[in-house]
Amino acid sequence: MRTQHRIATGMAIVLMLVAAACGDDGDDGTVTESGQRPEETTAPADDDGGGTFPVTVSADNGEVTIESRPEAIVSISPTGTEMLFAIGAGDQVVAVDEYSYYPEEAPVTDLSGFQPNVEAIASYEPDLVVLSTDPGDVADGLERIGIPAIHLDSAEDLDDTYRQLELLGVATGNVGSAAEVVSQMQTEIDEIVATIPDDLAERTYFHELDSQLYSVSSDTFIGRVYALLGLRSIGDEAPDDAGNYPQLSEEFVLDADPDFIFLADAQCCDQSPETVAARPGWDTLTAVEEGRVIVVDEDAASRWGPRIVDFLREVADEVLATADAG
Amino acid sequence: MSEQPTRVTVEAIVRADAPVAPEASRLRRSWLVVGLGALAAAFAVSVSLGPAGLPLGGVVTEMVSALPGVDVGEGLSDRHAAILWQMRLPRIVLGALVGGTLALAGAAYQGVFRNPLADPYLLGVAAGAGLGATLAIAYGPDTTSWPVDALPIFAFVGAVLGVALAWGVGHTASSAQSVATLILAGVAIASFLTAIQTYVQQRESETLREVYGWILGRLSTSGWHEVLLVLPYVVVSTIVILLHRRLLDVLSVGDDEAGSLGVRTTLVRLVVIGAATFGTAAVVAVSGLIGFVGIVVPHVVRMVAGSSYRIVLPLSLMLGAAFLVATDLVARTVFSPAELPIGVITAFFGAPFFALVLRTSRRFGL
Repeated sequence: MRTQHRIATGMAIVLMLVAAACGDDGDDGTVTESGQRPEETTAPADDDGGGTFPVTVSADNGEVTIESRPEAIVSISPTGTEMLFAIGAGDQVVAVDEYSYYPEEAPVTDLSGFQPNVEAIASYEPDLVVLSTDPGDVADGLERIGIPAIHLDSAEDLDDTYRQLELLGVATGNVGSAAEVVSQMQTEIDEIVATIPDDLAERTYFHELDSQLYSVSSDTFIGRVYALLGLRSIGDEAPDDAGNYPQLSEEFVLDADPDFIFLADAQCCDQSPETVAARPGWDTLTAVEEGRVIVVDEDAASRWGPRIVDFLREVADEVLATADAG
Repeated sequence: MSEQPTRVTVEAIVRADAPVAPEASRLRRSWLVVGLGALAAAFAVSVSLGPAGLPLGGVVTEMVSALPGVDVGEGLSDRHAAILWQMRLPRIVLGALVGGTLALAGAAYQGVFRNPLADPYLLGVAAGAGLGATLAIAYGPDTTSWPVDALPIFAFVGAVLGVALAWGVGHTASSAQSVATLILAGVAIASFLTAIQTYVQQRESETLREVYGWILGRLSTSGWHEVLLVLPYVVVSTIVILLHRRLLDVLSVGDDEAGSLGVRTTLVRLVVIGAATFGTAAVVAVSGLIGFVGIVVPHVVRMVAGSSYRIVLPLSLMLGAAFLVATDLVARTVFSPAELPIGVITAFFGAPFFALVLRTSRRFGL
């Protein structure tokens, strides 16, 4: 479906005074537009936390200069979309790619983030474009027609996530709320990690990306998140040549007998604790016998945005709930 | 077509012309032993080695105990026994079925087309199966409750339809041009199906890794399920092709000559291509596109054992099976515990060999 062009009329509302209402009740970690105060008409954003323009940020495609506060952002990165909405830039977003269906109010279009098309993006007349993969020099193409584009590669660790959130805050004029989001994330993560007793550390897990038994090593973003809880991927046994997302052999998974199996392929590939238990031979696994096959939200697990906190909480709860069984 | 002489006449002609020495039957027996030996060796090594370090003694004990009427106790823990019986063995057996079928079908195609570089994917099996698999991955029904996955069914149907299309487009009654026309039709159909496949894959980008993984080929099994799925096709296809081994020798002298000997070349071609296609489609449906086995193995066989199809076909079957079992052992162990796609390994060894054959193919009396 196509969204209507939302043409920004007048100056937009500056949200820095509004605490980013990060859902700390686990429903979602995004700021909704309820944070706006319509009566607050506006002076042009100056340095009161909304940021100053023109501004230059240093993204993965080099230095990008944004002349004025963007009012028509196109995001063709699902993670970028989640970040933009979390830092209160949601009302500046006019179009997002087909997989940016979170949060719900994101203006999903049929733009492809997988094969971004400069012309299709330009048709939304954006004044800022956010992308996470750039297979075809899209950022350059946009630059040539005068549209600033920020390329933010997938994060390798949480610090990258915080850096990207802050960068988007600067680029969109939401510096204050971006800082809020980051500090809130850090606080919540510390709280979650503190709930895990030390004797639970050094447990192993098998994170299943798909039914072909692709998994992750601890050197991935998600692996580092698991590591916060003291969990270690059995994928680490694979040699470096196999990459950070090794396809593990079935024999090995059975032999390694991980303490936890996290299914990140429940929605995409219809896997469930039942289907895992039904695989020939898998019923001998401790994790299967003791009910430690856990379905995780595969979007939250594959993006590096604010929802990683919810993912961490979900995993921590499961780890604690099943701790006695171990 | 001339009237058909009796089978005996044809056989007599073949015997007289066959490029097989008089002691052929003894030769055949010795090659049979070589083939079986290679297969047994590949099996023994593969069953003993794997990412899960099963104790060798335990494996031997388990295997011996499995023999009917022998019981020397259980050699392995329950989990290790599950690894052996539900993972390692089915995978080895599947590897043997896939490798044997691809090599046999490759040899059969080479005979039918009198072209040393024909392989079982020539007529659109691969492209058709690829399209079927991609459609199943992208739009397939949820089959978790079904007894069988959608993917192998889609891939199989796609493969068979691909070849049927190529046959329909390229089949000509005139024997002089039939082979070339058929190959060209296969190329055209394959390109067309691949275009659709690529379009779907790009459109449904979330399926990319799964499609890509399937195209690279894999021998992942879920127990004995896949083995039982392909076994009937493989058995029927193997028997039909082996029954035509003499006729393929006759075909090798050329269509007109074979026709004048009373061989109904078009019918033979249709039956052999059909059998090879069904076998190939079945194994491709469960293993993806494992390349080069269908070309490399028959050529090795020809180099060592001569070009008579009476030897080439059964020996290709056995050596193809042994080759793929051995290759899969490499795939399972070289990056252990990670998997290396088996198609990568067959191509790694097969591609240079293929180039070599290309350079020297005129040396072979085909």
